[in-house]
Amino acid sequence: MYLTPLQTLAIILAVAAGTQITRWLPFWMFPENKEPPAVVTYLGRVLPAAVMGLLVVYCLKNVTWTAAPHGIPELLAILAVVLLHRWRGNVLLSIAGGTALYMALVQLVFA
Amino acid sequence: MQIPINAIGNWRTQWSRLGEKPNQLAALKAAFPATVPVMTGYFCLGMAYGLLMEANGYGPLWSTLMSAIGFGGSMQYVAITLLVTAFDPLQAFLLAIMVNARHIFYGLSMLDKYKGLGKVRPFLIYVLSDETFSLVSTLEPPKGVARKDFYFWISLLDYSYWVGATALGGLLGKFITFDTTGLDFALTALFVVLFLEQWKKKENRPAGIIGIACAAASLAVFGAENLVISAMVLILAVLLGGRKRLCT
Repeated sequence: MYLTPLQTLAIILAVAAGTQITRWLPFWMFPENKEPPAVVTYLGRVLPAAVMGLLVVYCLKNVTWTAAPHGIPELLAILAVVLLHRWRGNVLLSIAGGTALYMALVQLVFA
Repeated sequence: MQIPINAIGNWRTQWSRLGEKPNQLAALKAAFPATVPVMTGYFCLGMAYGLLMEANGYGPLWSTLMSAIGFGGSMQYVAITLLVTAFDPLQAFLLAIMVNARHIFYGLSMLDKYKGLGKVRPFLIYVLSDETFSLVSTLEPPKGVARKDFYFWISLLDYSYWVGATALGGLLGKFITFDTTGLDFALTALFVVLFLEQWKKKENRPAGIIGIACAAASLAVFGAENLVISAMVLILAVLLGGRKRLCT
């Protein structure tokens, strides 16, 4: 533990508060008898795909592309996830397979 | 002769009272199979989370507490980085809002379905995760099962899987001695898979490309530290700017 127990608890509560605001906000903004504006409905439809793209990039944000191993383990493992998912369409298999390959690459090949 | 008749009468009354209760059982029976994919996914990622927390010096008590109160898969992973640097709860709070901003749109989609559900409604909103949202927004309860009960069991089961798997990962973490380097790639893989699931629908593809392009541009210009906020702003701007083109 890097933080004290009290600091850790504060981080947990801060994470919970931030997370809960995002879950409750629409229900506060648009009470049960209100219809959301058209622009909000539009964003609700297109944002999920965009957010997934953002999250993939977010996970790769600390990869150093200019120095060895140039993000090769990440790209190979992502390729494996894509191929596995196209082949079987099984979420768990795709995730487990890609993660196993990545662990093998960073621990054994590019160690 | 009176006693048996009364007994039958009592038995019948009790049976019909039970007849109201089995709706809960029927709701559970309808909800459980739908949550099995989530159980397997959460088992993997929740265990990995418990293990990662353990590897960073935070035992099962802390990881389970975070899962039970914080309950937000990806944000909990992000929060590990916040637990191993200088104490900054404001950053944790703001980052939780940014990382989980997508929840706002889950809520918008569930405004109608979560209308008038009474006492369980706050719980349903509290635990509205990506996976629970995908189920409750897609599935309809079978006949004889109340919407409220169906949503409640899906939400409760998913929540329990996550908290349970975290505890298991944290507890087993002490006995697992293998190298966990790279285990956190499970999260990247999850988002890649969810991206692919979005990609299946052609109308989602422009938004998916916009998300990746805007995030990559933000990363290049503003750096890893400011990625989430700058990318959210950029994505919103492009999506709103291209609304007429994307609205097909």
